[in-house]
Amino acid sequence: MSEIYKLTLCQIIEKIKSKEISCEEVTKSFVDRAVKSKKLNCYIENTFDQALTKSKDQDKKLESDKKLFGAPIAVKDLFCTKGVQTTASSKMLEGFKPEYESTVTSKIWNEGANLLGKLNCDEYAMGSSNETSHFGNVINPYKNNKDLVPGGSSGGSASAVAAYLTSATVGTDTGGSIRQPASFTGTVGLKPTYGRCSRWGIVAFASSLDQAGPMTKDVKDSALLLEVIAGHDNKDSTSAQNKVEPFSQNLKKDIKGLKIGIPKEYKIDGISKEILNLWEKGVEVLKSLGCEVKEISLPHTKYALPTYYIIAPAEASSNLARYDGVRYGFRAEGKDLIEMYENTRSLGFGDEVKRRILIGTYVLSSGYYDAYYLKAQKVRRLIKNDFDEAFKKVDTILTPTTPSSAFAIGENIDDPIAMYLNDVLTVPANLAGLPAISIPAGYDQNNLPLGLQLIGKPFDEQTVLNNAFAIEQSINFNSNFKDWWM
Amino acid sequence: MSEKQFDYYLKGEKGEYEVIIGLEVHAQVSSEAKLFSSSATKFGSEPNSQVSLVDAAMPGMLPVINKFCIEQAIKTGLGLNAKINSFSKFDRKNYFYADLPQGYQISQFKHPIVGEGKVILDMPYGTKEVGIERLHLEQDAGKSMHDQDPNNSFVDLNRSGIALMEIVSKPDLRSPSEVGEYIKKLRSIMRYLNTCDGNMEQGSLRADVNVSVRKKGSKEFGTRCEIKNVNSIKFMQQAIDFEARRQIEVIEDGKSIDQETRLFDTKKQETRSMRSKEDAHDYRYFPDPDLLPLQLEESYIENLKKDLPELPDQKKQRLISEFKLSSYEASVIISDQAVSSYYEEVAKNSDYKLAATWLMGELFATLNKEGKEISQSPVSAKNLAKMINLIKDGTISGKIAKTVFEEMVKQDADPGKIVEEKGLKQTSDPKEIEKIIDKILSSNQDKVEQYKSGKDKLFGFFVGQVMKEMKGKGNPGMINDILKNKLK
Repeated sequence: MSEIYKLTLCQIIEKIKSKEISCEEVTKSFVDRAVKSKKLNCYIENTFDQALTKSKDQDKKLESDKKLFGAPIAVKDLFCTKGVQTTASSKMLEGFKPEYESTVTSKIWNEGANLLGKLNCDEYAMGSSNETSHFGNVINPYKNNKDLVPGGSSGGSASAVAAYLTSATVGTDTGGSIRQPASFTGTVGLKPTYGRCSRWGIVAFASSLDQAGPMTKDVKDSALLLEVIAGHDNKDSTSAQNKVEPFSQNLKKDIKGLKIGIPKEYKIDGISKEILNLWEKGVEVLKSLGCEVKEISLPHTKYALPTYYIIAPAEASSNLARYDGVRYGFRAEGKDLIEMYENTRSLGFGDEVKRRILIGTYVLSSGYYDAYYLKAQKVRRLIKNDFDEAFKKVDTILTPTTPSSAFAIGENIDDPIAMYLNDVLTVPANLAGLPAISIPAGYDQNNLPLGLQLIGKPFDEQTVLNNAFAIEQSINFNSNFKDWWM
Repeated sequence: MSEKQFDYYLKGEKGEYEVIIGLEVHAQVSSEAKLFSSSATKFGSEPNSQVSLVDAAMPGMLPVINKFCIEQAIKTGLGLNAKINSFSKFDRKNYFYADLPQGYQISQFKHPIVGEGKVILDMPYGTKEVGIERLHLEQDAGKSMHDQDPNNSFVDLNRSGIALMEIVSKPDLRSPSEVGEYIKKLRSIMRYLNTCDGNMEQGSLRADVNVSVRKKGSKEFGTRCEIKNVNSIKFMQQAIDFEARRQIEVIEDGKSIDQETRLFDTKKQETRSMRSKEDAHDYRYFPDPDLLPLQLEESYIENLKKDLPELPDQKKQRLISEFKLSSYEASVIISDQAVSSYYEEVAKNSDYKLAATWLMGELFATLNKEGKEISQSPVSAKNLAKMINLIKDGTISGKIAKTVFEEMVKQDADPGKIVEEKGLKQTSDPKEIEKIIDKILSSNQDKVEQYKSGKDKLFGFFVGQVMKEMKGKGNPGMINDILKNKLK
């Protein structure tokens, strides 16, 4: 069978189980394509040989009870993988091989999937373009006249799914790191409710915001992968006890009567006309599906971005303190301990990481804590309250995912504020801990994909997925890039 | 004893000064596992043999609270008559050091698990109440070793993540001896509760000592200095005395005290400046986002309260009423739970007054001399009780008992057997005693004359001679009586 790699995750597993295709064929299809796609720079580390060997073994004994049997899956390089280099795309962790496997990836391998490799991302997941990676920027398979960023931080993951270099993947989302790159690459990215998936074994960026989630070709794949990775974990005190539903089986496109909110505050300055049109198109689709669409207000929306850029760096400044050159990872010697710290952290971290450590250190400093960190926590509560109020009236909230389509590599790299603005529509869901999905909904005039975002009630991923599924079925988005890099 | 007055005032050139002391005691929680990981906590293990991924702060590792440590902190709080906070929170205290793997210590800053309480001290001038400000839980750091290699420092993370209780007193202490009693009392309470072994040599109990001075009679506090990490009562007392005198000198020189952190040099017996207030770390405390706030049910606390063992203060009252001990005897005996158990066993099986006398006299002296704890006592409670019973029934005299006791120290044997084997049984046969007395008196005619002409003190000489002749085994009461009669 040609172009196996174009199949969705669910289709691949189905065909393996029905013996239409072998695990080895599937793995080989992705490996061959990934090898030919090095220019996109998605993979930091590959485990192609191990994956091929495993797939051959799997062909000898089919385990049809496993949900991801035979699926080759590469993961964001923020997940610790046992014996396989895990770097968070930082020089600081170059060569670091964990002796443990993250809970989320363990769950994936337990369902019969095989690790294909580790995918590039922004350094320590800090960035919106994948340009802060120590291992170079990732290129979006969609191309204007220039090479484009895939978004970030899960840029390698998004490009790899879009360009068919992995059957699906898991990313992490702290302020939009799954959804924004999904939007830029015409793929589906889901950030689950905070606490839905264990954070154990994921290199931490901002603990109160970080959440792992599926990045897939379509909504059904997203539902399947979520039901695999979700669930309580004793090793993560913030993981939730909530029951995990069989999201993929429950998936339905009949969403008649669903109440959808359109937050007026999301029509921010500088949002492109095309994005607004896309949003309007989404509204029309939902109306045609029998949904009740109404305008809602989330009055504290404008404070979300500044709030995020206080809380996330504050937590990061503390979370990244452990990378000190003492026990593992990169070390630059010095004449004493202090100089060793200074050298190690000056050379080991990139500019964006340092910028955020500095911001975080500042906002937690004595004399500034109340004005920044404490104030931000209060605003965060107000933002959460806005959503609580809104969800008394509606079931989901529809917004665009990003204020623009993918931009050129280098375009925003010297302007942190312009870069941070990419997250303006995705950040509120992180601050409020809500599930949110980005699905591809159309193209702009340059033929670049645009995404719509659906935000749901806490632990109501099922409604979010159903809603997304219904839109997906109506819009029938098809990727249309050419394999220009091969 | 209660006539004694508090008298720890230090004299300067310009008057007398009162010393104000507050302590931050760090007590290691007795627990098999660490505060946020399941690693073992055994003292003295091979370096880095008790280190989990969490303790080493590997990427992506998360702390999970050890419920047992919470229980231990609550019990200790109850033992300090303190308020248990149903809501508490863990914060991160951020600073860099080689033996602090996370780059922050998880502690409780704003919302400690235990609030205000109090401890009662028995001082020679009466009881003294010391206020407890708070008790909070925190992680210990690892240990840096700078003497293993000429060029490198080594780090042992066995201690990293072990649970500590920081017990903060109010500035209620006024002298080194009050500090000594306070530490002993805390240790005793925690040992009764089994929440901290109180072993200062192993670092299970250490303190930061805050000292300031003020003119006697003044109501305002002076500027304080904090002496970091002092690990014995003796050093605390020396450090306080030195520091207070240093501060008085500074003040009398017309200068003012800088609020600073100081170190106590145990060799030179002086405190030295470590860092000034300006150089103080900015720890950037903030709530640890990896941990949820700790919420305790009232019923959970109530159940722990119900299961508390008898505590030192209660035990003291009981010993006074049950065994008619003096307040002093009772407080000495209860200060160590093992001692009090030993006492109770001896007292219940013999005579409670004699039990106290022998325990606090001969046995303590022996333990002191041999540097042993009561748990290592060479004389078992059972045998000591038997020995006291031999005194009571007249089999041996108190004096002979000392010889028997010495034998028991050498080999913890049945005192009855020792008396038998060594022929130490007391002679209470009046005829035999009379015979010896006659012999002594007749060979000391001159002294008899002197006695009769008024030199009363010679009575002791005769008793001594008779005892000597009888190899100490004569019944002292009978010797006295018969001798008195003969010398009339």
